[in-house]
Amino acid sequence: MGRKLDPTNTVKRGPGRKSRKQKGAETELAKFITDGDYQICSLILSFCRAAKRVQKSKKPKAAAAEEEPKKGFTDENSQWLKPAKRKREGDEPESDDSDEHWEEEEEEEEQTKQTKKGEDDDDDEMVDDYGAVDDSSGEEAAAAEEDSDGEELLPIERAAKKEKKKKETMAQESDDDDDDDDEEEDEDGGDKEKKSDADSDEEDTVQANMDEMDAFRLPDAEECEKESIIPLDLKTIYQRIKDNVDVLCNFSTKREVGKERSEYISLLKKDLCTYYSYNNFLIEKLMDLFPLSELVDFLEANEIQRPVTIRTNTLKTRRRDLAQALINRGVNLDPLGKWSKVGLVIYDSSVPVGATPEYLSGQYMLQGASSFLPVMALSPQEGELVLDMSSAPGGKTTYIAQLMRNTGMIVANDANADRLKSVVGNVHRLGVTNTVICNYDGRQFPKVMSGFDRVLLDAPCSGTGVIAKDPAVKTSKDEADIQRSAHLQKELILSAIDSVNAESSSGGYLVYCTCSIMVEENEWVVDYALKKRNVKLVPIGLDFGKEGFTRFKERRFHPTLRLTRRFYPHSHNMDGFFVAKFKKFSNVVPTATAGKGNTFSHEHMQTFIMLVNMLNMNSSSKKKTVPGKAGDLKGKPQANGTAAKKTANIKKKGKRDSPAGPKKAKIAKMDGETVQEAEAKKPAVKTADDTKASKAEKKEGSRFEKKQGKNRKATTKANGRMGKNKFRKLKNMLRKKGGE
Amino acid sequence: MRPLTDEETKTMFEKLSKYIGDNIKLLVDRPDGSYCFRLHNDRVYYMSEKILKLATHISRDKLVSVGTCFGKFTKTIKFRLHITALDFLAPYAKFKVWVKSGAEQSFLYGNHVLKAGLGRITENTMQYQGVVVYSMTDVPLGFGVAAKSTLECRQVDPMSIVVFHQADVGEFIRNEDTLT
Repeated sequence: MGRKLDPTNTVKRGPGRKSRKQKGAETELAKFITDGDYQICSLILSFCRAAKRVQKSKKPKAAAAEEEPKKGFTDENSQWLKPAKRKREGDEPESDDSDEHWEEEEEEEEQTKQTKKGEDDDDDEMVDDYGAVDDSSGEEAAAAEEDSDGEELLPIERAAKKEKKKKETMAQESDDDDDDDDEEEDEDGGDKEKKSDADSDEEDTVQANMDEMDAFRLPDAEECEKESIIPLDLKTIYQRIKDNVDVLCNFSTKREVGKERSEYISLLKKDLCTYYSYNNFLIEKLMDLFPLSELVDFLEANEIQRPVTIRTNTLKTRRRDLAQALINRGVNLDPLGKWSKVGLVIYDSSVPVGATPEYLSGQYMLQGASSFLPVMALSPQEGELVLDMSSAPGGKTTYIAQLMRNTGMIVANDANADRLKSVVGNVHRLGVTNTVICNYDGRQFPKVMSGFDRVLLDAPCSGTGVIAKDPAVKTSKDEADIQRSAHLQKELILSAIDSVNAESSSGGYLVYCTCSIMVEENEWVVDYALKKRNVKLVPIGLDFGKEGFTRFKERRFHPTLRLTRRFYPHSHNMDGFFVAKFKKFSNVVPTATAGKGNTFSHEHMQTFIMLVNMLNMNSSSKKKTVPGKAGDLKGKPQANGTAAKKTANIKKKGKRDSPAGPKKAKIAKMDGETVQEAEAKKPAVKTADDTKASKAEKKEGSRFEKKQGKNRKATTKANGRMGKNKFRKLKNMLRKKGGE
Repeated sequence: MRPLTDEETKTMFEKLSKYIGDNIKLLVDRPDGSYCFRLHNDRVYYMSEKILKLATHISRDKLVSVGTCFGKFTKTIKFRLHITALDFLAPYAKFKVWVKSGAEQSFLYGNHVLKAGLGRITENTMQYQGVVVYSMTDVPLGFGVAAKSTLECRQVDPMSIVVFHQADVGEFIRNEDTLT
């Protein structure tokens, strides 16, 4: 962590717990715990402890007795009831140090848990005494005691290792410690390295020990067979996972010679599936999404529940008052964070949080922290018309209503009639009066009603972000499920976009969100919407969260996907979530021109041939201008909405040139090559003869050189987006037209 | 969705006036626009006219709820007031009953209020008068019918019922399915 102690300021530590109990331990320990060790040890422990220890190292017992009169230590007990002193030091430090201190302790505690088994009896004894003396501090005493034991062992253990190296004889107590240490060493092999970042010296000594022990080896065929017959226990698998990840992170240095990376990875996959009970498909997907170090964190985070959070209903009460009322009932809570003014997180409660009179009278709603985000992104204003397309169980709908102060109108829709009952219940309970609740399939909604100012779509998804709530997702999802979800989401998002009114004075926004972390359901769907409709992405207004992907494996998405946000359980301590905010800037629905790619149908060819026959005029080649134009247009990213404008304009121009008007319009409508369409446009601007001639030539050329033309387009265009080129060409046409 | 007929309107207003007296006109003519009652699937919904316009676009079988549900008409055309109307009854209530903290939970489970659990009661409450039940912290818990008038309440023994339970907020959890 980068804490650097002043090396000249050596700190002496008192003897450990065990040693304190056994007479003569101090003398024995004093033999091998030299000043140098103390220096190293203190780097691990907190500064405050070290400081106090310096003062008290000589006479720990007396000091303990003096310091904690409230503990009720009598002088005779103070001989062996040492840990209290350590704990007190731990409890009253400065805040920063104590944080570090406890963090360290927790780390160490986890890793050395097994060694504590031997001391459980001791712990119990100590705990009992503490409990008898002072109940309130008994608990924290016990907790701290465990920690102090853990950390005590480590420095001693390290010292012990040093001793082993130097081959000095150990006393009884240290022999016991050694035994424990030996057991530990094998298990904690890889962990030791990770722990001792702070002190390079110590690391070197520990490293030296590591090299002597087994480096992580891949199991060979025999061992695999053995495993299939007798499966390994979970602890070993977990250790293997950790070691494997460690090796993969420093592959060049730690790899076994002759073994490929893929072998390590396949072993890791197998172990992860076994340890965390996932199916293969999901583990592979997660491996694609996360780097290995994050992957284990993510999987661990999915094992435990996220903290319970509630949202204050500002229509009926204020957060301050609600917090007070709940605290009076015996609920332990805290404000959720700086980003929310209505959220509270519940740590523990003596009453069921979902059944308090405050809950029943609608003063708050149980809602996950991640569900606050899409509504905050949507930020509905008073008096607006809002649609919530997938509203069950009604948490987001009621949040929208409270932000709008019960003004305006909300339509809460859900396709599942049973789940709608909970929406009705919640809406009435929270005192929301401006809501209409209906039961449509979201895909049909534009036919029922459209022209909303804002739309929220919390699409049904595979649920890979909420595995902590529903562990069945680990094994039940496969490729088909994801594809099905993605398909449904694409349809829903198009309907949602069609329901928004782009001309709305205060809105025109759509928020799309899912509780999934899969790229197929998130970025892909958003990219699809960008291609298919006149929408663009805008910042969501939240300053935390990870940016969405703009490229993933072989796919490339629109660069504005950076504005979307992803949230993860392991980094934000809320359910996995994805939020994207769109602004619709035109109500025109682009027809098949946008995003379809270059395809020619037979019908189009017929049109060309007809035109060629019709326009059999002298040829003046406009071809040379075309590449130039294409070149100009390359660099300009345009949202797809402009395609609609162009098609509309093209149609207009087509009509003006009467003989070939309808045909031109038809051509313009095609999702064909922009070359052809550009030619179609340009003729509209220039004189009839010229245009017809150029078109004729172009058509002929195109007929024969269709594929080449396409290739040319592909090479000249940046990314196959026809929109850009069309717009530029159109602009030029208009300019020329104006000139003429 | 259709407007209420005259008889239905009469029945409903009679029921409402048991609790809020003639403050009913305050429900209809509000400063922020005019509100109305509509009937849908035997249930009476209270909504503003703006929402009414919007709700007409939705087809009858797909419409689940509009605005606030006040109650429903039974098969024998009697009007039953639901707990969902509490938010509108509570501010205009004429007669109120406050329940002690200990008896709060019992009322929320659907039991009647006993004399032992009675905290306060408005003066001049008639017997069988509609009352709104509050907790000691002035949080509305539900409504009921006074079993005894105020004077009688003072004299009667602690285990007798003073308020008949009609609806309480605990129903949001107990009877979620029957709300709609």
